[in-house]
Amino acid sequence: MSRTRILALLGVLVAWAAVSYGNRRLGVMAPALLPTPGEVATVFAETVRDGSLPRHVATSLARVAVGFGLAAVAALALGLLAAMCVPVRLMVEPIIEFVRPIPPLAFLPMFLVWFGLGEGSKVAFIGYTTFFPMFVAIAAAVLRVDVTLLRAAASLGAGHLDLIRRVILPAALPGIIVALRLGFALALFVIVGAEFMGADAGLGHLIMEGRTFFVPAQIVMGALVLGLLGSIVNALLLATERRLFRWREAGATS
Amino acid sequence: MFLSSVPEMMEWGLRGASRSRRDALRWRLASLAVFLALWSVAGGLVELTKPFNPLFLPAPWVVIGALLELARKGQLWVHVAATLERVAVGFSVGAVLALALGLLAGQVRAVRNVVEPVVELLRPIPPLAMLPLFIVWVGIGEGSKVGFITYATFFPMFVTTVHGVAQIDGRLLRAAQSLGARPRHLFFRVILPAALPDVLTGLRLGVALSFFVIVISEFVGAENGLGYLINDGRNFFLVPQMLGAALLLGLLGYAGNGLVRVLERRVLRWQHPR
Amino acid sequence: MKIRVRGLSRTFVAQGRETPALLDVDLEVAAHEFVCLLGPSGCGKSTLLNIVAGFLRPTAGEVRVDERPVTGPGADRGVVFQEYVLFPWLTVAGNVEFGLRLKGAPAAERRGIVARYLELVGLAAHAEKYPVQLSGGMKQRVAIARALANSPEIILMDEPFGALDAQTREVLQDELGRIQRVEHKTVLFVTHSIREAVYLADRVIVMTSAPGRIKQVFTIKLPEVRDRFAPEFTHYESEITRVVKEEVAKVHE
Repeated sequence: MSRTRILALLGVLVAWAAVSYGNRRLGVMAPALLPTPGEVATVFAETVRDGSLPRHVATSLARVAVGFGLAAVAALALGLLAAMCVPVRLMVEPIIEFVRPIPPLAFLPMFLVWFGLGEGSKVAFIGYTTFFPMFVAIAAAVLRVDVTLLRAAASLGAGHLDLIRRVILPAALPGIIVALRLGFALALFVIVGAEFMGADAGLGHLIMEGRTFFVPAQIVMGALVLGLLGSIVNALLLATERRLFRWREAGATS
Repeated sequence: MFLSSVPEMMEWGLRGASRSRRDALRWRLASLAVFLALWSVAGGLVELTKPFNPLFLPAPWVVIGALLELARKGQLWVHVAATLERVAVGFSVGAVLALALGLLAGQVRAVRNVVEPVVELLRPIPPLAMLPLFIVWVGIGEGSKVGFITYATFFPMFVTTVHGVAQIDGRLLRAAQSLGARPRHLFFRVILPAALPDVLTGLRLGVALSFFVIVISEFVGAENGLGYLINDGRNFFLVPQMLGAALLLGLLGYAGNGLVRVLERRVLRWQHPR
Repeated sequence: MKIRVRGLSRTFVAQGRETPALLDVDLEVAAHEFVCLLGPSGCGKSTLLNIVAGFLRPTAGEVRVDERPVTGPGADRGVVFQEYVLFPWLTVAGNVEFGLRLKGAPAAERRGIVARYLELVGLAAHAEKYPVQLSGGMKQRVAIARALANSPEIILMDEPFGALDAQTREVLQDELGRIQRVEHKTVLFVTHSIREAVYLADRVIVMTSAPGRIKQVFTIKLPEVRDRFAPEFTHYESEITRVVKEEVAKVHE
């Protein structure tokens, strides 16, 4: 993290403290409505100590991981197929266009009806939400493979299978990984909403509890934890990407 | 050939030969028709054989029927209007704020240094996580929903606007200055038009995001709106109603996106003259 | 005859409009001959090369290599592209041995061949670098090594030095001349630099503007190692320039 970033974060922290403590002193808003950093930290410490925070985090992550995992496998298989087989692509495209504009969260209640209130509905919902964008992005990554790369390989003796194994897949891989990374980010984005209703565990539920029992500090804490989680996962995935694809920017000359 | 054949790949790559617009349209309609047909068949089979309660997988005509029923009772319009109003107000406020702050931040370093860290801090937090906070602050009424949409759409639109300004080729500004442009000319005649493509993309994202988040805020604490219709349907397993409302929502989102695209095409005519 | 082109035509169809690129071209290239295709933009020279390479199919006519018809690309016709087209995820060595790996050559043999051709193009020290770390000239040399390492009898080159600056261009022309004196491949070389054509070619084929046909063929009777400033060289240059200018004028009408 760069120095300016750290300074900026500290700045925000200071501003937050100033506003919230100032509010306590001046009584502009009801104190509970504007939690201070101290209060948020307290809730954090409590939930860590009694084990509830780790439990909720694990629950949310598990749902995301399984739902995302299933969707990723499906998106990979179908995406590669659609990209390399024109009839499949032409038939699947309009269905995607049809379903895509519908906000995935609009289907959440339906998943609850179909799968009940258990884990199944959350996992299925995450899977549904992440499948379509990943499928589209993966197919696009494969389709984008430069035709001259294919030609170069063919003029070196590559046959159909060689072209797929040694040119199309390696060339599309960076795009595929980006698609997966974005899918995962989407899953984290949506899990909160999915856990607002019909759940009794998970970060989303924890945050909603903050509203039900009127503890805004809990809401803020949950949101911050979520943000932190997302940042960490994203940073990890980006680092992995950069290692895998060293050949993309290994100190380029020109 | 099942997979793209080598000669095809050699000539056009994986995309295949470019299809005429008419052909592509024909394929789209055909496949849409196939989709509806399959859905109808599946729905019909479920009705006949009843492996489970047919309400769980309603056929297309059942869904449309439910919507028409609601329309007949005069309720459909109430819900659609409620949702549209919230989206329209929330998005507009968010857009105005994002554009104003974004354009300012893009040009004035000081503003950027103040606003950007806050944005960077709040960005990783899924906006949905803040919804309960809005409800706690503003109550369950319209204010919290509209405010929430504004909050959710502000960030991506702000970021794209700043980017739109930042990516402007400095040479364009220099060229204008050497033609005698003064600061206000620069802003209205160079910066604004040059940033417009990114800004419009941001607007399109904002519209999509508005519809994305309005649903969830209408689940929790609303008494009308399409989201309310969907969630309310849970109580009596009114899946046709739920599906119908979801489809309508999709349609509205699609229309909103289309509107921005039309705007884009008119305002950005210089990008594709034909 | 190594390459025999008969009655070749190619028309492109886009949005319902037909653009004839090549019209009834006849061409023969003998083994070990270095032939340049020269002409104004849009004269179809690249299209002709792409058809000989097997990337495009002709609308009419045929191409035969060693009297066998061409049905697609193959390891018998190596290609060097204007945009280098190296595989970015492979190192220099990985790129050069690509064709050999496809053939299943054992690792030791591959290493030897790669070393030999990297030596030939002067890049032995850069075997483990990635394309993104190389300059344009270096990338093109890797592309040439890659094509040569596969031992094709024919090399097709589509304006290979077009993306390079003038100095690098001349250096690479010298190198290509040197390589050809060692390897003796059959080469079909597309360019729109008359100077380059006279420097490298045994024969220069000037094409008309679209739709492309053969306008005139020049046989270059110069020594193997050529002097760009010799009077005979300049004579060929001006002759060919005169012919090409007629065609260029037509393009700008």
